[in-house]
Amino acid sequence: MSSNKKYWKSVEELNTDSSIVEALRQNEFVEEIPTDEFLGNKSTLGTSATTRRDFLKYVGFSTAAVSLAACEGPIIKSIPYVVQPESIIPGVANFYATTIANGYDFASILVRTREGRPINIQNNDLGQTGANARVNASVLGLYDSMRLQAPVKNGNSISWETFDAETNQKLTDLTNSGKEIVLLTQTFASPSASKLISSFKEKYGNVRHVVYDAISVSGALDAYQAKYGERALPNYDFSKAATIVSVGADFLGDWCGGGYDAGYALGRIPKNGKMSRHIQIEANMSLTGANADKRIPATPSQQRMVLAKIHGYITGQSVSADLPAHIEKEVEKVASELRTAGSNGVLVTGFNDVNAQTIVLNINAALGSKAFDTKSPITTRQGSDQAVSSLVMDMNAGKVGAIIMCGVNPLYTLPNANEFAEGLKKTELSIAFSMKADETALATQYIAATPHYLESWGDVELKKGHFALMQPTIRPLFDTRQFEEALLKWTGSDVSYHDFIKETWNNSILGGGSFNQALHDGVFSASSADTMAAIFGENMASNSTATPTETSAGTAFASTTAISGGDAARALVSAPKSDGFELTLYSKVGMGDGKQANNPWLQEFPDPISRVSWDNYLLVSKTDAAKLGIKNWHVADGGLNSSLVELTLNGVSEILPVIIQPGQAVGSIGMAFGYGRSKGLKEEMQTGKNAYKFYEDFKETQSGASIKVVAGEHEFALIQLHNTLMGRNDIIKETTLEIFNTKDKSYWNAVPMVSLNHIETPVTSPEVDLWDEFDRSMGHHFNLAIDLNACTGCGACVVACQAENNVPVVGKKEVRKSRDMYWLRIDRYYSSEETFAGDVEKKENISGLLGDNGSVGVFDEMESAAMNNPQVAFQPIMCQHCNHAPCETVCPVAATSHGRQGQNQMVYNRCVGTRYCANNCPYKVRRFNWFSYNKNDEFDYYMNDDLGRMVLNPDVTVRSRGVMEKCSFCIQKTQKTILDAKLAGREIKDVEFHTACSAACDKGAMVFGDINDKESKVAKLKEDKRMYHLLEYIGTKPNVQYHTIVRNTTEA
Amino acid sequence: MKKSYQSLEDNSTNNMKQVIHRKLAANILQLGFLILLTFSTSLHAQEGDPAKGKTIYNANCAACHKLDAPMTGPALRNVEQRLAEQEGLDRNWLTSWIHNSAGLIKSGDAYANKVYNEWNQMPMTAFPQLSDQDISDILAYTAEEKAAPPVPVASADGAATGGGDSGVSNTLILGALAVLFALLAMALVLVRRTLNRFAEAKGVYVEEKDKGVSIWRAFIQNQFLIFVTVILLLLSSTYYVYGYFMQVGVDQGYEPVQPIHYSHRIHAGDNAIDCKYCHSSARVSKHSGIPSLNVCMNCHKSISEVAPETLAEGKEYGVDYNAEIEKLYAATGWSPAEQKYIGEPQPVKWIRIHNLPDFAYFNHAQHVSVGGIECQTCHGPVQEMEIMYQHSPLTMGWCINCHRETNVKVEDNAYYTKIHEQLSKKYGVEKLTVAQMGGLECGKCHY
Repeated sequence: MSSNKKYWKSVEELNTDSSIVEALRQNEFVEEIPTDEFLGNKSTLGTSATTRRDFLKYVGFSTAAVSLAACEGPIIKSIPYVVQPESIIPGVANFYATTIANGYDFASILVRTREGRPINIQNNDLGQTGANARVNASVLGLYDSMRLQAPVKNGNSISWETFDAETNQKLTDLTNSGKEIVLLTQTFASPSASKLISSFKEKYGNVRHVVYDAISVSGALDAYQAKYGERALPNYDFSKAATIVSVGADFLGDWCGGGYDAGYALGRIPKNGKMSRHIQIEANMSLTGANADKRIPATPSQQRMVLAKIHGYITGQSVSADLPAHIEKEVEKVASELRTAGSNGVLVTGFNDVNAQTIVLNINAALGSKAFDTKSPITTRQGSDQAVSSLVMDMNAGKVGAIIMCGVNPLYTLPNANEFAEGLKKTELSIAFSMKADETALATQYIAATPHYLESWGDVELKKGHFALMQPTIRPLFDTRQFEEALLKWTGSDVSYHDFIKETWNNSILGGGSFNQALHDGVFSASSADTMAAIFGENMASNSTATPTETSAGTAFASTTAISGGDAARALVSAPKSDGFELTLYSKVGMGDGKQANNPWLQEFPDPISRVSWDNYLLVSKTDAAKLGIKNWHVADGGLNSSLVELTLNGVSEILPVIIQPGQAVGSIGMAFGYGRSKGLKEEMQTGKNAYKFYEDFKETQSGASIKVVAGEHEFALIQLHNTLMGRNDIIKETTLEIFNTKDKSYWNAVPMVSLNHIETPVTSPEVDLWDEFDRSMGHHFNLAIDLNACTGCGACVVACQAENNVPVVGKKEVRKSRDMYWLRIDRYYSSEETFAGDVEKKENISGLLGDNGSVGVFDEMESAAMNNPQVAFQPIMCQHCNHAPCETVCPVAATSHGRQGQNQMVYNRCVGTRYCANNCPYKVRRFNWFSYNKNDEFDYYMNDDLGRMVLNPDVTVRSRGVMEKCSFCIQKTQKTILDAKLAGREIKDVEFHTACSAACDKGAMVFGDINDKESKVAKLKEDKRMYHLLEYIGTKPNVQYHTIVRNTTEA
Repeated sequence: MKKSYQSLEDNSTNNMKQVIHRKLAANILQLGFLILLTFSTSLHAQEGDPAKGKTIYNANCAACHKLDAPMTGPALRNVEQRLAEQEGLDRNWLTSWIHNSAGLIKSGDAYANKVYNEWNQMPMTAFPQLSDQDISDILAYTAEEKAAPPVPVASADGAATGGGDSGVSNTLILGALAVLFALLAMALVLVRRTLNRFAEAKGVYVEEKDKGVSIWRAFIQNQFLIFVTVILLLLSSTYYVYGYFMQVGVDQGYEPVQPIHYSHRIHAGDNAIDCKYCHSSARVSKHSGIPSLNVCMNCHKSISEVAPETLAEGKEYGVDYNAEIEKLYAATGWSPAEQKYIGEPQPVKWIRIHNLPDFAYFNHAQHVSVGGIECQTCHGPVQEMEIMYQHSPLTMGWCINCHRETNVKVEDNAYYTKIHEQLSKKYGVEKLTVAQMGGLECGKCHY
């Protein structure tokens, strides 16, 4: 008998009077489906001549027509040159040495061009500093579709003739009426530009040149100038330091222009049982702090006291400061380590503060530090905070007649942008030299469209006595003119800027050397003392415009006389205390100061520490987050969400998402510059919030901030969802210098054992292998060695790989769905305990499932990183090119197979997209093309317009939808190297083989080569006792080697 | 293609018909020449041999002078006569100009300086090695009358029209035949009907055959036959469908019409220009490269029109080669009259014939320079192609097959020394094929 039980689908059904229930009885849906809305006008549809039958006929016909048309191949036109330039052979790359000098990044680089278009940037081995992620990505800026294509006056395009006539007239009028003309520029550090600016001053008389660095190091410049008489920054060679102490200086990031990481990495590789020891005292977890042997979290005010204390310990002039006991104790140890190290020690700090920087100069001088170099100081930062501040005042007072800006965007980067905007309105002539219609350019009368640096001539003095030349690598794409050309026009000269540079160099730099040779090399170092003096005499004269004393019209600025160390220390300690959070503003290695915010490569580039892409956010410590009720949580689709907070500081407030940052000093918060741009960039790139709003007085540390949780949540695009290693030291092996020096390899880098017939056998022995072994001793066999000690996690390789291999940008939404396409990623792991060793110990001590030491509880705990101060490890991961690759065996169509040269080859045209290989890959390095990322309006980044696609590497296939892709070990590069050798009929030298990542790494952390060449570097590294393979116990026999991290925990 | 063969044949038959006329014309011409020669030689004190003169002229003068049009230097037809009549200059002046024009200019000779200034102050190369006899030979050659429009052209013209006529007559004959057969068939039918009527009228009884089972019915009843037929039908249709799909995207024989009719037959075949003279990047680059127009102008600066015989050949293909050269001049902006570039260059949009898909990497340098493969191996008899077409299928099977069969050229290449030694030991062979060297690996061509 059937029961009469009533089943109900929803509570609503129990309510007998419900109209919904009634409606649902008749209809499937409660509300009528809005078909009308979908169909548009129903009446016209009814009267349409197209009947259903006709419609089907059309569909049928068009389908048939399309499939027929598809059989017909398209006609492909091929258009050769009318007169082929001698240097260009279609299909063969040309290299040019040039220099990037955009005011924030200065580096000597090599540009690879194909058929006349620059496609790739590499390190110039002759240069001093390597190319970072931003420099590698800067080639894309050339093909930016938002670039200005001609000069603009009040929103309308004009010709350069009009521009010349009008501005010349206006400038002359202003000079005659005695009004001041101001040049507000980035740091050029260019001997020729300095010369031009002086002649501009000569011609127009009342001219003031103000140099403005968006992220200022004015304090360091002032301190150095007071002590050494030159407006420059001291140069540090960290390879010469045995003990490195940094107080808030992110010297592996952008500190003082960056470029110190290569020297640092040299000292980090254990040699003869020795390596440098690095102690970092900082608030935010920076790239530098992540690499430190010892990291002491401290708020900015504590850091100031730490500096004063260290100064006291070293010089004996002690100051009293109330530091928390644990920091006090550490500082004492740090100071004694520094003292012991003597000339092998070095101290740096990141404060934009004359006092702090003076102390550092004093201490380094007192130590006689070998790493501290005042002979060739860095000249690529010249900005003066006071000069900028007084300019804003003068503008508002109506004292400025004309302002000509180049390479700066004060309406975005100034905290008091409104005042600047007001002042700008009071000028009679305003011109912005800019590549984009950015925030500032839009507020000026004229925008002079400038070329990209790859289309320009120029010269730079990177360090005193070290010069670099900039040359065009492509004809200007648009009707643009560089600032220096305009200066030449205004001064009535008709020489080209190229000729002007050549003249300057021949007269005062080369000292008889060849200009063409210098242009070929891209760099030139003045060696003889005479030429140095000659250059510097002239150069300093022109640079002196940037010094505060001369730029100010009557206002007295900070005296250039040196402050004594004791005074400085006292001044540091006596800084007024205020309640609330201490904010530290920082720049990310991806976005920098925000100049390249319209660069999709950089927007998608994940932050090395937080692993967040497409965003900036507020960094908060776990303790403070718990106190305030701020949360980060993972949602069902795998994305990370966060609460929103309102940050208020000095009356300015902003609503921000939050990342709870392990290792953030309690009481401190952090925020990155470079985001929150609103003009001159695509909508997709308008990400994050502007941190310059809080950059009061050009101080990157601010106190008295308050945070309030507000309603709403934020969706992050996080690339790595797990934070800790959970004791799985098969992934990252780590040991200390002491153990490394004293114990056997089997103790700290043991080969995993597996059970074979109940006997423990090393996994590398052939008996335990599932596969037949092939003879790999013939021909080339490529290996990539990655030294985790030398890797700082900077990410230059990530962007270099993206540029070389046409890796698409997928956008924030897709990254959030874990559909990023990076072939090479740098994983970052925190330790759950204070050290990774602690993690392992904790894991070993698990007993049982539940209980205090039960696995459930312990693993749960290990998932979260250490609250206060975790250790950090970076690990670049790309396809491991396993000799016994799990992906190859599962492909149903043999689209991935192994080459004799050790490369795991991926054949896109054979792939049918089952994704079995990605599932079976233990390293998770395979990427699936969920969409067609080129010529697709949904992904309007750079592969969607003709201009952006010019950056694509013609030697690498642009993948289509539905296929798998992954790192190829840059097979196009290895094949090219082999072909070059074959054409020349010679053997290949070890240094020739390179992948994009190994070529981009100026730290020597990545070494690529042929292990069958027994003399090669990589073959020797394979025998190194630090070498291990990732997840070796699986027996995949990867061709990527990793080298164990060694930390120098020995306190001297 | 078939059509052009047809017309070729037509041409040849008609030529044979007109042989008598051509010879007649040639005879008349020869006679004319003879008369001319006797006449002209009688004009000059010193006799020159125009045939010899032509050789010397082509070897020494033709680089800068044409007979009837200015080039780098002035046109030279009847130069001696002209000088004598217009300037009153004699053979001696000419000789000293040829032997040392610079000297003559320096000496202050009025006409020498005039010519020098007229021609962009470009001094003529001195030819002191030319003897007086040589000079008189040359002058004899320049004094020849311009040849009348050559006979072959005329005959070709005639042939073309003749060919058209015969085409009409062929159709006529065929049509007439068809009508005839139709009439015959009709007549037969009529005859049969009439005979039947006669028979009927006369009461003759024609016995009708017992028809039996028709062949179709028998076929349908035989199940085995049907089975076999169905199988055969299925197999053959599969074969054809497969064949159809396999040729999708294979453009073997693709022969597009190019914006400028460029004849590889003339350049690579008749003139035997090396392929890599124009396609020079094939030696060092992945692309063979379509030559830029400045490469064409290396020769075509001087070659503004083709020889009459070549022009006649062009008629066979329906091409006026001179007009094609004009197109080249238009594209480069070259003015043959002024002998300089005056126009706006217009790049030529060639239609690409050999199109590999983007996912296949092919490098010319590897095959041409390292492998020493002849261009013709893949591109076919280019030297015979009037219009370039795709000779090979360019399919993967075709590539792979060659890689299996071809030996790597390891001689005198230090790169291969070691690997050749190792691999030849492994495979026990002296010569290694590309496949044994790893040339079948997917990643060698797909990345």
